[in-house]
Amino acid sequence: MSSPRPTESTVRICSLYPDLLGTYGDGGNATVLAQRLRWRGIAVDLVSIDAGGSVPDSCDLYLVGGGEDGPQTRATEDLLASGALKRAADNGAVVFAVCAGMQILGERFPDMDGVDRTGLGLLDCVTVRVDRPRAVGELLTHDAVITSPDGDRRPLGTLTGFENHAGRTIPGASATTFGRVEIGEGNGDGSEGVINGSVVGTYLHGPALARNPALADELLRWIIGDAALTPIDDTDVGALRAERHAAARSHELAPRRSWRDRLRGS
Amino acid sequence: MTSARPSPAPSTPSPGAPPPLRARLAVTVGRSVATVSRALHLGSGSVIGGRAALVVDPRLLRDLTAGRDVVIVSATNGKTTTTRLIAAALAGDRPVVSNATGANMTAGIVAALGGAASDATAVLEVDERWVAGVLQATSAGTVVLLNLSRDQLDRTQEVRKLAEAWRTCLSATPPATVIANADDPLVVWAAQAAPSVIWVATGQDWRADAAGCPQCAGRISFTGAAWRCTDCDLARPEPSVSVEDAAIAIADDRVAIAMRLPGRVNIVNAAFALATATSLGVPTPIAVTGLESVEEVAGRYRVTSLAGRPVRLLLAKNPAGWHEAIELLADPPAPVVVAINARIADGHDPSWLWDVDFERLRSRFVVATGERRHDLAVRLRYADVEHATADTIDEALRVAMGRPEHTAGRPVDIAANYTAFQEYFERVGGSR
Repeated sequence: MSSPRPTESTVRICSLYPDLLGTYGDGGNATVLAQRLRWRGIAVDLVSIDAGGSVPDSCDLYLVGGGEDGPQTRATEDLLASGALKRAADNGAVVFAVCAGMQILGERFPDMDGVDRTGLGLLDCVTVRVDRPRAVGELLTHDAVITSPDGDRRPLGTLTGFENHAGRTIPGASATTFGRVEIGEGNGDGSEGVINGSVVGTYLHGPALARNPALADELLRWIIGDAALTPIDDTDVGALRAERHAAARSHELAPRRSWRDRLRGS
Repeated sequence: MTSARPSPAPSTPSPGAPPPLRARLAVTVGRSVATVSRALHLGSGSVIGGRAALVVDPRLLRDLTAGRDVVIVSATNGKTTTTRLIAAALAGDRPVVSNATGANMTAGIVAALGGAASDATAVLEVDERWVAGVLQATSAGTVVLLNLSRDQLDRTQEVRKLAEAWRTCLSATPPATVIANADDPLVVWAAQAAPSVIWVATGQDWRADAAGCPQCAGRISFTGAAWRCTDCDLARPEPSVSVEDAAIAIADDRVAIAMRLPGRVNIVNAAFALATATSLGVPTPIAVTGLESVEEVAGRYRVTSLAGRPVRLLLAKNPAGWHEAIELLADPPAPVVVAINARIADGHDPSWLWDVDFERLRSRFVVATGERRHDLAVRLRYADVEHATADTIDEALRVAMGRPEHTAGRPVDIAANYTAFQEYFERVGGSR
């Protein structure tokens, strides 16, 4: 892990291939991180690299989104060819990847034809196809913990979000996870997420950091240090988290269907 | 879906002939069920009535469209409005039947057709997942394809698969004419499978769903109005219809048009409608008169009264739809109400809110309501948009109208996604 930087310097955040990996609000993670820095008076440089573009290896934080099978394979080929993400991660840059993004950072994953593809090897995990339905719905991991690059185990409270994936991911011996899933599938073996050093993957898809400000701030802490993490008004997200926890725990997959809805079959 | 059932060999009735006895019986049953449904205040009854009719005659859609001119309209966004505009453009020239309420799967379509004169042209809005089934059952001569973008992905999975299904059915049951968006790579790839296509330049600048080439998994490169795949031959076709400020250029004609529906998006929808009407032989002046007469579409755009307050309802249900809808809102700093649900018909996951450029609402106050108002409030918070949440639409309107930026007597715009819109529309006297 690189040492915490002085707060006056600009934090550089790179969104990787939003045109390929941005199916479902994934850009929200860049928005959340950038705003949480700006609200604390820290300058942000947001870089967005479309497929085919040259990936910088000097950013502080990289975001890899979710996507459909074809674009996922294409993104992997480009990232392997470029080598920049691996160089950056090896130098301690933070990488946060959701859903298909987590799958391609692992050792291997199945492509649209079910053929195994080599991943970037930044996460110690393999993704496999299973003979089970897609995992779609609320995903809740209570008492979640993240192991920081320094090896500290840091509590994150409850992780909440939505998952939508066909593959399942098996974490390897060197990886840690966020903990045990309470509701939903997560990795598929009862755990959720894969963490190796400063590289973090999750099956919470899309704007995962919007509902989980503790995780967003932990990633930022790895870059700007404890002292810069001044408090932020999270009233709105607190109301959302409370509402979503209750909904997930009442197994709301089909929200509030009235008897009229049922008769209409809508 | 009817096509899943084994069916006898299709008969070939003469044009204008009445439908077979079984079909007529099915229609009667369907109407009776719909009447009961309405009497119990369950809505218009069209869907449940249509389902009952399909139990009596699973081939009903085929029977009710045999011998008719059929136009199918599908898209992610704009299909209800464009269906309405096509019906209006044709109506001065011939009898028309249409599923005007937006009930756009087989049950809703047969319910709409049940009462139609046998020589009426059927203008059918079709859910984008049902195009293959309806095209196969009706052998429609005209198919209008507006756009495809992400919508309810937790349910429909991938937009490319929708485009592939369109492509497959257009080559299996080729319509005489396809009218399609030249600026949407997914639509172009699908429509190219048809033998004859009228391409419409829409100037669509929502490109977030089209970056990956649907044909080869290469990448689409956009340069000004043009686009092409970097790896294969998929490229923007030469359009023969295009849109100007208050005019539609079609073939060598420039047709001035004064739409009552707001926004550029509705001139684009009118261009599809005009191209459809002229391809069916309707004289241009008659079609234009029809297009200019439309002032609301299934509750959208209409100023009405909700909870005793003047409001205008707008439907915006996904990022591409919002991209257009923000243009249609009353000028800032007028406060607006935004309502978000996440029921089955909306998709259970409102993550798409993060794909909407809500930063464009910074110059106004937004009241967030609907069942997922807290998701919206968090999005607005990160967009630095001043906002409040309200548990009910009545409270939301009270808050919006109490704002100093609100002009007394002016309607408040309510932009709602699908089921929220339907709920408010029912309250102002519309039906599903």
